[in-house]
Amino acid sequence: MPEEINLEIFNADPITEDLANETTEAAPKTYALDAAAESQADLSAEMKAIGESYARALKDGAPAEIQPRLDYAPYRSSVLRHPTKSLHHADPETIELYSPAFGHMDVHALESDLTIAHNGEPLGERIVVSGRVLDGDGRPVAGQLVEIWQANSAGRYIHKRDQHPAPIDPNFTGVGRCITGPDGTYSFTTIKPGAYPWKNHLNAWRPAHIHFSLFGSEFTQRIITQMYFPGDQLFPLDPIYQSIVDQDARDRLVATYNHEQTKPEWAMAYNWDIVLTGSKRTWTENEALGADDDHE
Amino acid sequence: MTMNKPTQLTPTPAQTVGPFFGYALPYAKDRELLAPGSPGSIRLQGTVYDGAGHPIPDAILEIWQADADGSVPQHTGSLVRDGYTFTGFGRTAVGNAGTFTFTTVNPGPTEAGAAPFIAVAVFARGLMNRLFTRVYLPDDEAALARDRLLSSLDPDRRRTLIARRDPDGGLSWDIRLQGDGETVFLDFSGVEGPST
Repeated sequence: MPEEINLEIFNADPITEDLANETTEAAPKTYALDAAAESQADLSAEMKAIGESYARALKDGAPAEIQPRLDYAPYRSSVLRHPTKSLHHADPETIELYSPAFGHMDVHALESDLTIAHNGEPLGERIVVSGRVLDGDGRPVAGQLVEIWQANSAGRYIHKRDQHPAPIDPNFTGVGRCITGPDGTYSFTTIKPGAYPWKNHLNAWRPAHIHFSLFGSEFTQRIITQMYFPGDQLFPLDPIYQSIVDQDARDRLVATYNHEQTKPEWAMAYNWDIVLTGSKRTWTENEALGADDDHE
Repeated sequence: MTMNKPTQLTPTPAQTVGPFFGYALPYAKDRELLAPGSPGSIRLQGTVYDGAGHPIPDAILEIWQADADGSVPQHTGSLVRDGYTFTGFGRTAVGNAGTFTFTTVNPGPTEAGAAPFIAVAVFARGLMNRLFTRVYLPDDEAALARDRLLSSLDPDRRRTLIARRDPDGGLSWDIRLQGDGETVFLDFSGVEGPST
């Protein structure tokens, strides 16, 4: 392991896709494929059936689904981890109508550049990912925390349980944070992540993605999601992406390449705007204008 | 004075937090809203279970709450705690056995007679979108009886939202994502689409 990698971070969290198959030995050079694993064809057939069923429902007048399904069996880990009872409608009260406050004392400006966390340049395609965070009413989410994490250019996470035999990059950890500007903008400089194999089924690969964690102005707007890159051939094969059964909704997770913002001989630019759910609070004029209000 | 609401935009969909958040989301003292052992501090502890009753080793929880006086904190500094400012926000990845511990205070009622609760967001590998819930303090039974959300629930479901008071003054409260004793999870929007 490269010495620059913080051991505490590296060993932070024993999480795995398949605890049962874990060994404490060093990763072998070759991997026996699991003959019992389900095939991509099996999974694709399941996803296709769900997609066709949704298309029929839409045609019959059902509302478009804008969020992933919590119960989406092709993502096998969801089977025992989704509530079987409907979410209970509640009106947010007091604390839920406000959000934790984050600011520049929480996040250093340099944390938005994932390529300068170590002594050398990370390997891979340097990119700038930027956009705006808006609430469902179109208001910019100003001065709020955005956190990201991702695999390196080879598709490897700095995580001790990531057993993918792709190289760790000693110059890339893959964690960034920033505070949005007054107009809700964020910008990260990073490396384009690689596709990543996982064990949902045999030959399962995640499309390249960056994890995003966002806060709004109310706790009800809290969201964690993933940003994808345009034109990825893995989209139709990926149960996590396909758990959003509506194509328009899925498309909202895909960034746009922006050649105007691409920096010559430096970095390719991608844009991705994020819309949180609508606010439930009655906003004062000052809040709506982005002023620092005393929240009544 | 209030503003008219502008045009509604369609929200960006969620995706699972996945398995590899452990080097990204946790931070120093993330679960310590105040220092353990300091005056007024309590422990909020529990376990996260899946539909087979097995502890989940890869969930991450966030809590957000009023201070002991019932005021909503609006102080920055949750990520870099100064040891004195109560920000009301905490985060913890669960341990290998699915257990979690926060050090916090009993939130006060945010309005006279209201039942105090802590707002919770649950994330996990295998969970496609965060789940919101609440953990109510068990002490003020009259306030609990008046609470609008609790009153709308059957007794079996209602009890999943009320913590037990531990002998040491702390709170114990488990999260069950599915099955027997499934925790009540909340939909604040009413427009998020079907959950199944």
